[in-house]
Amino acid sequence: MRLQISTQLAIFAILELATREGHQLSVAEIGEKYGVSSHHLAKVMHVMGRAGFVRSVRGAGGGYQFAGNARRMTLLDVVQLFGDLSSVEPQTSLADATAEGQALRRVLSEIDDITQATLGSVTIATMCKLVSRHGGNGEQRPKSVALRHRT
Amino acid sequence: MRVRRVRSADMADVVALDTRVTKLAKSDYWNDVFRRFGRQHSRERFFLVAEDRADRAVPRLLGFVIGEVRAWEFGSEPCGWVFALSVEPDLRLRGTGSALIEAISREFKKVGIGKMRTMVARDAQLPLLFFRSEGMTAGPYIQLEKDLD
Repeated sequence: MRLQISTQLAIFAILELATREGHQLSVAEIGEKYGVSSHHLAKVMHVMGRAGFVRSVRGAGGGYQFAGNARRMTLLDVVQLFGDLSSVEPQTSLADATAEGQALRRVLSEIDDITQATLGSVTIATMCKLVSRHGGNGEQRPKSVALRHRT
Repeated sequence: MRVRRVRSADMADVVALDTRVTKLAKSDYWNDVFRRFGRQHSRERFFLVAEDRADRAVPRLLGFVIGEVRAWEFGSEPCGWVFALSVEPDLRLRGTGSALIEAISREFKKVGIGKMRTMVARDAQLPLLFFRSEGMTAGPYIQLEKDLD
């Protein structure tokens, strides 16, 4: 499964903020780590702000804070916010009228069910633990890692 | 909190907890599980309970976990299977489930087992979240089934 850049950015931003609960980070700080423009990331943060996943803190030193429950919010919540599971939506196509189409649809639906269950079983808190196991440290500023933009 | 092997005196609380959580009373099943996992002490079968000992005179059952070593099923090398875990609903998010998993993991390790498995319904989100938070991930097997007409 591939995730759109916006969805990946949203997950990374949530993880950055969740590991610093109660503190805020600016769009520029998060963008610098992942090598993306503040403009692109600001749009992502705006969507997450409207969904209540993050809250903006105004003024000097302002930025964003994590606003969810890290032990309850899952990757599926973030992925669905950016519509990255569109394949899960029922599709109507000419093939559905055939036995072959219905058989194929059943197999694809199995894959979608497993994808949803997997994403829905991984909380932000669990992801933070995984990040930590991979050597991540919320307090360090790692080297910038550029995300490739789709053209 | 203390985690220990189950005793016959715990079974009424175990059955009551399971009935509250699953909404299904199955006393025959529990009698059989206790006979096989509780009464007969085996080095490869574990039925553990967590109890709150704040009131030492009347310890309270917080939850239980049951598992066993299974070998060569589905071509798998010996591994530890956890097939039941339950925590008192009002007392969750206090580390009881984690303590039970740690305890049964220790038991598996003592008998040389390095892999622990369980199975969770895809739509059972709370157990899925819990086992994931304990570091469990999808394994190399896919469960298959069919309706028998």
